Amino acid sequence: MADQAKNDTVSPAENRSTPILQKEVASQISPTPLPRKPKQDRPPDQDPGIWRMSRRSLLSVAGWMGFLGFIVVSTVGALRYMFPRVLFEPPTKFKAGFPQDFVIGEVSEKYKDEKRVWIVRQRDGFYALISICTHLGCTPRWLPGDDKFKCPCHGSGFYRSGVNFEGPAPRPLERASIALADDGQIEIDRSIKYLYEKNEWGRPGSFLPFIG
Amino acid sequence: MALMEKFKKSEFYKSIFRHSYQDTQRNRALQIVDNVFLHLHPVRVPRHATNIGFTWGMGGITFLLFLVLTITGVILMFYYRPTAQFAYEDMKYLMNDVPFGPLMRNMHRWAAHAMVLTVMLHMFRVFLTGSYKPPRQFNWMVGVILLVLTLLLSFSGYLLPWDQLAIWAVTVGTNMARATPLLGHEGPFGPELGMRINNDVRFVLLGGTEVGPPTLLRFYVGHCIFLPLIAAIFMAVHFWRVRKDGGISGPESRKNF
Ligand code: HEM
Ligand code: FES
Repeated sequence: MADQAKNDTVSPAENRSTPILQKEVASQISPTPLPRKPKQDRPPDQDPGIWRMSRRSLLSVAGWMGFLGFIVVSTVGALRYMFPRVLFEPPTKFKAGFPQDFVIGEVSEKYKDEKRVWIVRQRDGFYALISICTHLGCTPRWLPGDDKFKCPCHGSGFYRSGVNFEGPAPRPLERASIALADDGQIEIDRSIKYLYEKNEWGRPGSFLPFIG
Repeated sequence: MALMEKFKKSEFYKSIFRHSYQDTQRNRALQIVDNVFLHLHPVRVPRHATNIGFTWGMGGITFLLFLVLTITGVILMFYYRPTAQFAYEDMKYLMNDVPFGPLMRNMHRWAAHAMVLTVMLHMFRVFLTGSYKPPRQFNWMVGVILLVLTLLLSFSGYLLPWDQLAIWAVTVGTNMARATPLLGHEGPFGPELGMRINNDVRFVLLGGTEVGPPTLLRFYVGHCIFLPLIAAIFMAVHFWRVRKDGGISGPESRKNF
C-alpha cells in the first residue's frame, strides 16, 4: 500500500519495478550484479521480524525518555534546593533564669523580644504563653492596667490565662512546655505546645507547680 | 543639510530605517510591521477600538505602569541590598540622601498601587463588555494569570522595605499558607500527609519557620527576577492573543464571528 501511494507521485518514466539507476551502476562496477540486501530497520511489509519498533522510533522514544528524565530530575532537584537544611533561627529550648527571679502575680515580658514567650508567675506556679497571636501571627502586647493581652494588628484580646475574649482570634494563645532544669533554672521548650482547645492545659509540662 | 541628505542615502541609514514617510497605505503599514516595537500595534485599527469609552484604555495603562515599575525598580536596585542588615537602612538612605531617590521610590510604590487598581478595572471592563466570550476565552485565562502575578508582585515587594509594617504584613499573609489544603501543616489533610512547620509550603515561601533574613532574600529574587520575567512572558502572549482573536472586541468584530 505504501509503495503504491509513493508510486502515484513519481513520473511514468521512473515508475519501474526495479530502481534502474542502482542496477545500472552496480553492473558497471562489478560484473555480477549484487543481490539487493534487505534493510535491517525496515522489514518486509506487515512483518515486524525481530524488531518490535523501527530504529527511528526506538531512538525517538529513547530521546524523549531521556528528555523527560532530565526534566523530572531537575524539577525534583530544584524543589529540594528550596528546602534549606540548616536554619539560622533561635533555638526553641532555652533557660529562663531561676524561679525566684519572678514576682508573684506578674506577666514577665523579659523573653518576649528574643524568644516570643511570656512567663506568668502565679501563687502556685508558672506557665509560659507563646506570644504569637492565634489570629494571624502578630505579637500581642501585655497591658497590665487592663490585665489582658492585646494584639495591635486586628485587635484580638486575651485574658491573662491566654483565653481569647475579643477580636478575630479564633482560639486561645498556645502554652509552651515549662519545667525545672537540673541546675534549678526554668527551662522552656517552644517546640512542645499545649493547646487549650485540645484540653492539653492540664497536662504535666504545661504548668510548673512551684511554691516559694 | 546636504550632509544629512547624503547620510539618509547611505547604506547604514537605510539598513536601519527601511521606510520613508511616504503617505501611502502600503508604506504606512510597512512602517508598523517592520518595527519590533511598533508592531505591538495592529497595522489597521477598527474605528470602535479607538473608543476610549469602550476599553477605558485600562489594559494599556496597566502595561504602561508595568514599564514604569520595571524602570524605576531597576534604578532602586542600584542602592538597595536585600539583606536583613542593610535593607531598611538602604530604604532610608534612598529616601533621605540619594539624589532623586524619593522620586524613584515613590514612583515605584504609587505605580504598584495603581497597577493593582488598573488591572482590576481592566478585568471589570472586559467583563462588562462581554469580551471574555468566544473566541477570547483563552485570553481571559491568560488575564487571570496576569492578575495573580500582579498581586504576587505587589505582595513580594511589600516586604522589601523591611520595616515593622512590611514584616508583620508578610507574617500575616504567609500565615494563611499554613492552612493550605494538603500542603500546609495546619490545613485539611496537611498533617496526615506529613506536613510540619519545617517542611510545608509556608516553609518554602519563607525559607524558614518564621519571617526572617532568608524570607527577605527569597522575596527579593522573586520580586525582581522571577515574577517580572514570568509576567512579561504572559503579557507577550496576552497582546499576541488580542490580535489573533481579531483585535479589540466590539460591534464590528462581533458581527464577524
Ligand atoms: C498585567 C496585567 C494585564 C495587562 C498589562 C493587560 C493588557 C491588555 C491590553 C493592552 C489589552 C488591549 C485592550 C485594552 O487595553 O483593554 C488587553 C485586552 C484583554 N485583556 Fe488584558 N491585561 C492584563 C490583565 C488582564 C486580566 C486580569 C484579564 C481578565 C481576567 C484580562 C483579559 C483581557 C481580555 C479578555 C482582553 C481582550 C479584550 C477585547 O478584545 O476587548 N487581562 N489586555
Ligand atoms: S494577628 Fe492578632 S489580631 Fe490579627
